[in-house]
Amino acid sequence: MNAKWRVRIVVALVVTVLAAAVYFPILKRRVKRQAQVQQKSEEQARLELVQSLNAVSNEPKIKAKLFWAADAEYSDLAPSTVELPLSIDPVLRAKQVLNTLLAGPVDSELRTLPPDAALLAFYILPDGTGVADFSDAMANSIPSGVQSEQLAVDSITKTLEANVPQVQRLKILIHGQQVDTLAGHLDLTGTFPVNLKPAAPAAAPTSAPIKK
Amino acid sequence: MNRFIRTIAVASFAGVLLGVLAAGSQNPPVGSAAPQAGTTSPSQSLVGGRTGLNIVVLDPAHGGTDPGARGSAGIREADIVLELTAQVRRGLESLGFQVLQTRSNTENPSFDERSALANAQTGAIFVSLHVSSTGLPGTARVYTMPDTPLPPSVGGLIPWDQAQASYLSLSRKLGDAVQGELAQRFKGSPMNVQSAFVRQLRTTAAPAIVVEISSVAMEDKADLDRMLPGVAEAIGRGIATFRPSYVTPSVPGTTPGVKP
Repeated sequence: MNAKWRVRIVVALVVTVLAAAVYFPILKRRVKRQAQVQQKSEEQARLELVQSLNAVSNEPKIKAKLFWAADAEYSDLAPSTVELPLSIDPVLRAKQVLNTLLAGPVDSELRTLPPDAALLAFYILPDGTGVADFSDAMANSIPSGVQSEQLAVDSITKTLEANVPQVQRLKILIHGQQVDTLAGHLDLTGTFPVNLKPAAPAAAPTSAPIKK
Repeated sequence: MNRFIRTIAVASFAGVLLGVLAAGSQNPPVGSAAPQAGTTSPSQSLVGGRTGLNIVVLDPAHGGTDPGARGSAGIREADIVLELTAQVRRGLESLGFQVLQTRSNTENPSFDERSALANAQTGAIFVSLHVSSTGLPGTARVYTMPDTPLPPSVGGLIPWDQAQASYLSLSRKLGDAVQGELAQRFKGSPMNVQSAFVRQLRTTAAPAIVVEISSVAMEDKADLDRMLPGVAEAIGRGIATFRPSYVTPSVPGTTPGVKP
């Protein structure tokens, strides 16, 4: 290898090192920004919850019925009465009861939903389908299994059924996306019945799954 | 993969025949409510033309990169169900059943691939085996799908996505038979079959149940291992009890029924 080539290689190496030195901080900033966006969306959800609760704090307190596990073995659900200043607006009301459900009961062993999960959004479609969008923790932190996953969904649907009659069925999203299962077992591709009349027991999943 | 699944759904709605495909393939792309007369199904060729329940498809859940439920003591659902499957298989074969498995090692077939194995058979049932993270340790539960409206059927064909709907009453009968046996052996287990929207069951065009034992949270794996022979025996006995009541249809386009 002659001197000319040696110089070329050294120059190329120097250029590469300089480019990496310039690009690395940019990449680092981008990753940091992305993480902040995700954190912000969950913080935003919590903030909205507090604001929504404050917005209706003038409402008279109503006895809301919430469903947590009946025992530490997850054998069934049991109703608990919690006094809340429930809004008359069904969307706000649904957010209030679901966030109280997420906050958990006094006895943490009876909670049905992961403590770090957050409700990111809730809305009701014209056909009565309530759409609940939970953070990733709902799927990642829930104990895996048919029993625990079904109990989690039952606690949500029964709580909505008891407090928000406008919701007829429930669609669950995870971080804005439809997913196949909650934690490997329970089918989230369809909807779950909430306030459906007994004459039409269109148990979920009632709708044809939307394939990604 | 998503494109593959979408293709399956579109094809099933277009009415592609599983019965016809089942004659030549173990993994047909679509499901049908009823096996078709005049075709040679695997069960007929393997079990001398006997109608009714011939084949049990055992599904050890999870596998590969998906360990399923994991306990603090290092117990992995995917490993336990593989061992349970081997024990159930031995028991069923001694009772004269032909047994197929959706996986026999560390592979992890998709939900649709697992269902496809059962959907390709005539006179088969599907038993998915699980270990939970929760529940009273030393108990076992059987699950079937909850009530689902029957999908529109054209010439005996049903959409893949709702394949289980036509089999719900049979699945419950099978589930009650197995749960009854489990309740006798494992105190604290429910007496009747439970309902749950299990993804694996939805696309299975056969009587189908999930058996879930509690749990990976056990401190000592030996306690869970000691449960397995009893669970395997209960499943075998439950299936044997169910066997006479399973009638495969003789008329094409009709769904299988339960003997009165």
